[in-house]
Amino acid sequence: MKRVVYREWRIPPERYWSLLGFLAALIGIAALSFGYMEHQGHWVSGMNNSVVWGMPHVFAVFLIIAASGALNIASIGTVFKKPIYKPLGRLSGLLAVAMLMGGLLVLVMDLGRPERLIVAMTNYNFSSIFAWNIFLYTGFMAIVIAYLWSMADRKGGPFNYPIGMLALVWRLALTTGTGSIFGFLVARQAYDAAILGPMFVALSFAYGLAVFMLVLIFGFEEEGRPIGPRMMRRLRNLLALFISVALYFILIYHLTNLYIAKNDSLEHWLLLSGGIYTALFWGGWILAGSLVPMWILYHPVLSQKRDWIVAACALVIVGGFAAMYVIIIGSQAFPMAMFPGYTILESGFTDGVNGAAAPYWPTIPEILLGLGGVAVALLITVVGVRVLQFLPESLADDVVALDEETLDAAPFAKPA
Amino acid sequence: MNENETRTESTHDTPQAPDVDGARRGFIGTAAGLSAAALVAPGVFLHSVAAAPRTEPVTSDVRWGLLIDTAKCAEGCSACVEACDRENGLDLQEPQGSESKWEHQKAVWIRKVKLQDNQTGRITQLPLMCQHCEDPPCVDVCPTGASFKRADGIVMVDRHLCIGCRYCMMACPYKARSFVHQETHGQLTAVPRGKGCVESCNLCVHRRDYGEASTACVDACVQEGHEAIVFGDLKDPNSVISQRLRELPSRQIREDLVLNTGVRYAGV
Amino acid sequence: MAKAAVRIGLVVLGLVWGAFAAQTVLADEVKRYVVEGSPAAELDACVEPTDQMRRMHMEFIKHQRIETVHEGIRDTKYSLTGCVDCHISYDANQNPRPIDQPDQFCGACHNYAAVDLNCFDCHASVPNRPGADAETAHRAAGVLGQVASTPHKEASEQ
Repeated sequence: MKRVVYREWRIPPERYWSLLGFLAALIGIAALSFGYMEHQGHWVSGMNNSVVWGMPHVFAVFLIIAASGALNIASIGTVFKKPIYKPLGRLSGLLAVAMLMGGLLVLVMDLGRPERLIVAMTNYNFSSIFAWNIFLYTGFMAIVIAYLWSMADRKGGPFNYPIGMLALVWRLALTTGTGSIFGFLVARQAYDAAILGPMFVALSFAYGLAVFMLVLIFGFEEEGRPIGPRMMRRLRNLLALFISVALYFILIYHLTNLYIAKNDSLEHWLLLSGGIYTALFWGGWILAGSLVPMWILYHPVLSQKRDWIVAACALVIVGGFAAMYVIIIGSQAFPMAMFPGYTILESGFTDGVNGAAAPYWPTIPEILLGLGGVAVALLITVVGVRVLQFLPESLADDVVALDEETLDAAPFAKPA
Repeated sequence: MNENETRTESTHDTPQAPDVDGARRGFIGTAAGLSAAALVAPGVFLHSVAAAPRTEPVTSDVRWGLLIDTAKCAEGCSACVEACDRENGLDLQEPQGSESKWEHQKAVWIRKVKLQDNQTGRITQLPLMCQHCEDPPCVDVCPTGASFKRADGIVMVDRHLCIGCRYCMMACPYKARSFVHQETHGQLTAVPRGKGCVESCNLCVHRRDYGEASTACVDACVQEGHEAIVFGDLKDPNSVISQRLRELPSRQIREDLVLNTGVRYAGV
Repeated sequence: MAKAAVRIGLVVLGLVWGAFAAQTVLADEVKRYVVEGSPAAELDACVEPTDQMRRMHMEFIKHQRIETVHEGIRDTKYSLTGCVDCHISYDANQNPRPIDQPDQFCGACHNYAAVDLNCFDCHASVPNRPGADAETAHRAAGVLGQVASTPHKEASEQ
């Protein structure tokens, strides 16, 4: 094992600037969409009084939980002391901060009165999980920046472990808090479940790692830095494991709901007759986002091929967006059970007449706003890796640390 | 110039509005203030004359509430809804976008709901609005404290603090709240409302603060001769609402959540 | 030393003169900003002396809004409704002109000072209560044909 050398990302300037320009253009379009939505009011979005959170929240929540998930790699290296993950720690921290920034921006840009953000900073209601999350998010940002410093600066070395520990605890709190935004809403059947907190943690593991792997592979390929098969095997096995953990939580969530008789109608709707939401649940979340990538990642031949691993990561992300759409929008679209045992025949406010789901179709400005958040996250990452030493020069097999679990290594070749 | 555009647009849209609206507007256009005043129930008029602005902070010695006797709520009648819209300037909303989308985006503080019992087929009518819970979920979740409960039990939104995050709408079990999706024009002095904030029934809080006896919906229901809604102080054992609550079997909507709502329903 | 004393004296003189000059300018502007023909033009001062109002009006109504919204107190000395009532001016047809328009009392000054005025995003910018004809008020606010107020509502808004 050699010393890990970190170096700035030095792809050809024209390539770098066109990438930057593309991201900046996406951000510019998102800014225009934001201006349009704010100027006109939210009627230009698909959101309404039944589905009050829409596409921006799908993007924002995905980015926020993926941000906390991306930090896992650093935690595994620092807190769980797996040396093979150490060289990845810096990129992991950078991605975490970048995605959180992107997600929060989308969230803020979707507010009805974004110019009053200062009110949210000066007036707190501590019975609200939202208010707590404001601290969790800003605190996360500060802690991860300190974490990055402790990884990169020689003087930071002694603080690396305690800060890493704090960051791990904090990120678990953050994701639980994000899940609890939904988990403690007694009003809506699909949300009224404490399991949403841990389930979001499990989802964040998979999404954060998938994004991390894509960025890592792209960054290394662009510049011709090597990633050895050992590192790839590590990451892809980890991703497959995380997907299965997420699946387990989804299974428990739905089994619980199926067992509770009053939630039968919800489950019947979501799993069988919910139209777009049923399709996204089975086709997007379960099949494309979980089962297919797992099959790829455990396939003896396909799992050896880089392109297939990239495809698996991309599918996990697609499945993640489908999952967010089902969790955030589907749960709101299902009518609230205000009058159990009754059917609503008429209503002046479309309260699920005859059990009908509330309508929602995202509009273009909403989607562009959400994409802007992704672009912000990527822009921060791209600038970060270019100007600072975030990426290790090589992740080839002879550079990365040997691991005790490394099965294909010679049994007694472990260094002292 | 901008205003002129809005004006033409809204005139275009007027035919889509229910006939009642058109008729009322036409009527008000022609009738003078005096003849209009004659239409109002005498009791209401007297009260408003006697009204004086409140000088002391509201206290928890009173808790305002409503009792709705669904047996008296008539099919096809929407007097309470129209009265609420007039009272709070909701009838001034200018429809935006497609009609079907606007149906879900316009602000509604009170609506009529028609229910059928799945087992017996019995039909029930009722008006549904903010239930003014004692432990309101919307107040719990509001990050800035804009959603709050006044000492006298009225749950409302301080629009100065509302950032438009809509978390309260996620949390409300009654879907009682509306988000203002568009710019507002010509708001009433008593009911400020504007784009980007959340709002809901506030039990005609301006009427409370000027010492009036009831709410717009209650007045309208009385005027129609139904008297299906009773307004009053739940803490005063001698108030009409307390007496009626003792006589009639009543319940709260979503009693399972134990929110102790200020709005009670009989016959459902 | 003496030179320094003279210099300081000159500077002080200049400052004093400047202060007086500024005062005169401000006094001139008073008349300009209180719109001719509004009820306020007839009065010597607002609910507080003019210089206080100028600096503190936002503080006054900010405290008042908490009392009104959260405690239901409606007889406060300071009130945004009061601003509108007193500073409103009327056009040739006796229609009130929205007070946040750039040539009206609130709008003009906030425009000049480049301070965002968003009170009237939500609040009525014309008097809209008993005494004022709601229909004309609405017409001035640019919502002709949208007027649908009832007499008892007007009576309730003091």
